[in-house]
Amino acid sequence: MDLELLVGIFPQVLLDGLVLGFMYALIALGYTMVYGVLEFINFAHSEIFIVGAFVGVEILLGLKGAGLLDALPWVVVLAVVLLSGMAVSGALAVVVERVAYRPLRAAPRLIPLISAIGVSFFLQDAIRLVESVWHNAFNLVYPTMEPLNRRFELTATIDVSVKSLVVIVAALLMLWGLHAVVNRTRIGTAIRAVAEDQAAASLMGINVNRIISLTFLIGGAMGGAAGVLFGVQYGLINPYTGFIPGLKAFTAAVLGGIGNIPGAMIGGIVLGLLEAFAASYLSLLTGGAFGAEYKDIFAFSILILILIFRPKGLLGEIVRERA
Amino acid sequence: MRTARAHLVLIVVAAVLALLLPATTFTGAQSKGTIKIASQSPLSGGQAALGEGIKLGTQLAIEKFKGNLEKMGYKVDLVPFDDQAKPDVGVANAKNIIADKEIMAVIGHLNSGVAIPSSEVYKEVNVVMISPANTNPVVTDRGYPNVNRVCGRDDVQGVVGAEFAHGTMKVKSAYIVHDKTQYGQSIAEFFKADSEKKGVKVLGFEGTEEKSNFDPIITPIKAKNPDVIYFGGIYDQAAPFFKQAREKGLKAKFMGPDGMDSSDLTKIAGKAVVGMYYTSAAGPASALPKAKAFVDDFKKKFGKNPEPYAAEAYDAAHIAILALEQAAKGGKLSREDVSAAVRTTKLAGITGDIAFDAKGDRQKAQYFVLQVASEDPQKWGDNKIVKQLTIAAPGDKKS
Repeated sequence: MDLELLVGIFPQVLLDGLVLGFMYALIALGYTMVYGVLEFINFAHSEIFIVGAFVGVEILLGLKGAGLLDALPWVVVLAVVLLSGMAVSGALAVVVERVAYRPLRAAPRLIPLISAIGVSFFLQDAIRLVESVWHNAFNLVYPTMEPLNRRFELTATIDVSVKSLVVIVAALLMLWGLHAVVNRTRIGTAIRAVAEDQAAASLMGINVNRIISLTFLIGGAMGGAAGVLFGVQYGLINPYTGFIPGLKAFTAAVLGGIGNIPGAMIGGIVLGLLEAFAASYLSLLTGGAFGAEYKDIFAFSILILILIFRPKGLLGEIVRERA
Repeated sequence: MRTARAHLVLIVVAAVLALLLPATTFTGAQSKGTIKIASQSPLSGGQAALGEGIKLGTQLAIEKFKGNLEKMGYKVDLVPFDDQAKPDVGVANAKNIIADKEIMAVIGHLNSGVAIPSSEVYKEVNVVMISPANTNPVVTDRGYPNVNRVCGRDDVQGVVGAEFAHGTMKVKSAYIVHDKTQYGQSIAEFFKADSEKKGVKVLGFEGTEEKSNFDPIITPIKAKNPDVIYFGGIYDQAAPFFKQAREKGLKAKFMGPDGMDSSDLTKIAGKAVVGMYYTSAAGPASALPKAKAFVDDFKKKFGKNPEPYAAEAYDAAHIAILALEQAAKGGKLSREDVSAAVRTTKLAGITGDIAFDAKGDRQKAQYFVLQVASEDPQKWGDNKIVKQLTIAAPGDKKS
């Protein structure tokens, strides 16, 4: 029976892990793009991510209040919410860069890092302030969109919900789009040029500041989209919700090889799968001795092992072809 | 110029004094100083709804019953502290509390995990703590002379839950999830032990600190298909768990301890938790026969229904005031005297008759099983008591 159970839930755990993994991947892009260009870790990215989730919930609550939530087709609602989350988070990332990082660009590497941590705290409590003034609430709940909650039962124990599929499809589309932009357009070429050598890029007539702003815009927008998807998928957010997923996404970026876009995606998926399998299987395999509470310890132990053997991450070496 | 300014300052000082003095001189006999009663509960963060209720219940009681102390010449003030539901913040506040010699009693906390370390600090100076909500056995089992509670105990509450699940709901199997806090885990363990004793099959026992993504925990539960899922924890974590579990098609009944008792549970989880059962060591104020006037006063003053534990906090603060009156009769007020007086104070409170045993437990605490009536958070007060038990606190158990 036990073996049957272990095998039986495998596809479900795989799916849950993929959903979580794509979420991490989308957030990880923000870390990895900024690192790729500036070699600097934007610790405020976890808050930029959760701001997207808050924009999403505000719009959905507004639509619900106006009675439009069930009247409009869900694809339209979701597209509006996603795009708004992306716009606000992207804009916020640009502002943060302009205010808190650009003045420190010439400073030693640790200084902008501290500034980033400060921005992170500031944003957490700014969100808290705004939400408590508007709603007198700490936890905000995503309104249920029935079509998204529809499930397809594949077997008695396995089912797929529309929103899980939406997360995976949306993440794949965005990752593919970003990959195309970075590798096949003039803007992408400019971003790569700035990442390789800022001085040389500016000699070639590239406006370095604009490209850096653009990098923050794209990374922030991906984070905002991830925030909306996170809210839709898991339903409950508060001003501090972003911190843990942000930290894990950062880990995913390092695991994949920080600075590397496909690496962020692979790192996110590996981490999501590790976490899901650890949470679901640990207590089953150890007879309850180790429960789901050890999922992070387990997942991060494996990460340490991977990084011992591949210190630059899974795809790390490819990016290191600097001149 | 300089003298003109000096005169202005003098005038302002005189005016301020003139405003302040009558307040203290007209109220009665000669002023003997200020007595402060502190409340400690989370006023910010995910559990603020319950913590705010404790503060407001305390405030209402102080305003209503401070008359006698004022006649004796004391000024009575409430000092609310925000412990943020965090042990370290609670302890830091506790250090401030014991440093302020005017604080004579503490009403708090909401979380046992915060109350236990904080009360270690109170004990240093013997300032009395009367808890409206801390149900963990350890709170009073340490036998401190200054620690009391007007609510029941988890070891009994877990048993009440198991009793109800087995006897009334007739479940055959249970899956238990807890939040790894002192409160959630211990109540889950009591539920587990008693369920097993009664022959209910426990299919799993899982702890998690996760707050948003419960998918990987839900999948094995679904495969094992239990009759009931018991969540030992607090609503801000349980609500998304229950919601996601229903969305994933789990058909099990849901159950939990008094940590579920907040309208935020339905605000977050909506119809997923309608019909679920929760036990409580604190009955809803609306269902308490003697609490009608309290509920009306509370609504009139604060414009909302009292959250759970507000009535308990009200009674706890009432006891504190009675004990203060008792201790003040001697002329000089000391924290030890107040602690001793609380132990012997009896009150026909709005939550029933209160008297403490030698450990500071309420001699006869009441336990309730309630059922969530509606997905509308406004109607949380309509939750019906489906079972009510009065159980004596277990005596000194050697652990």
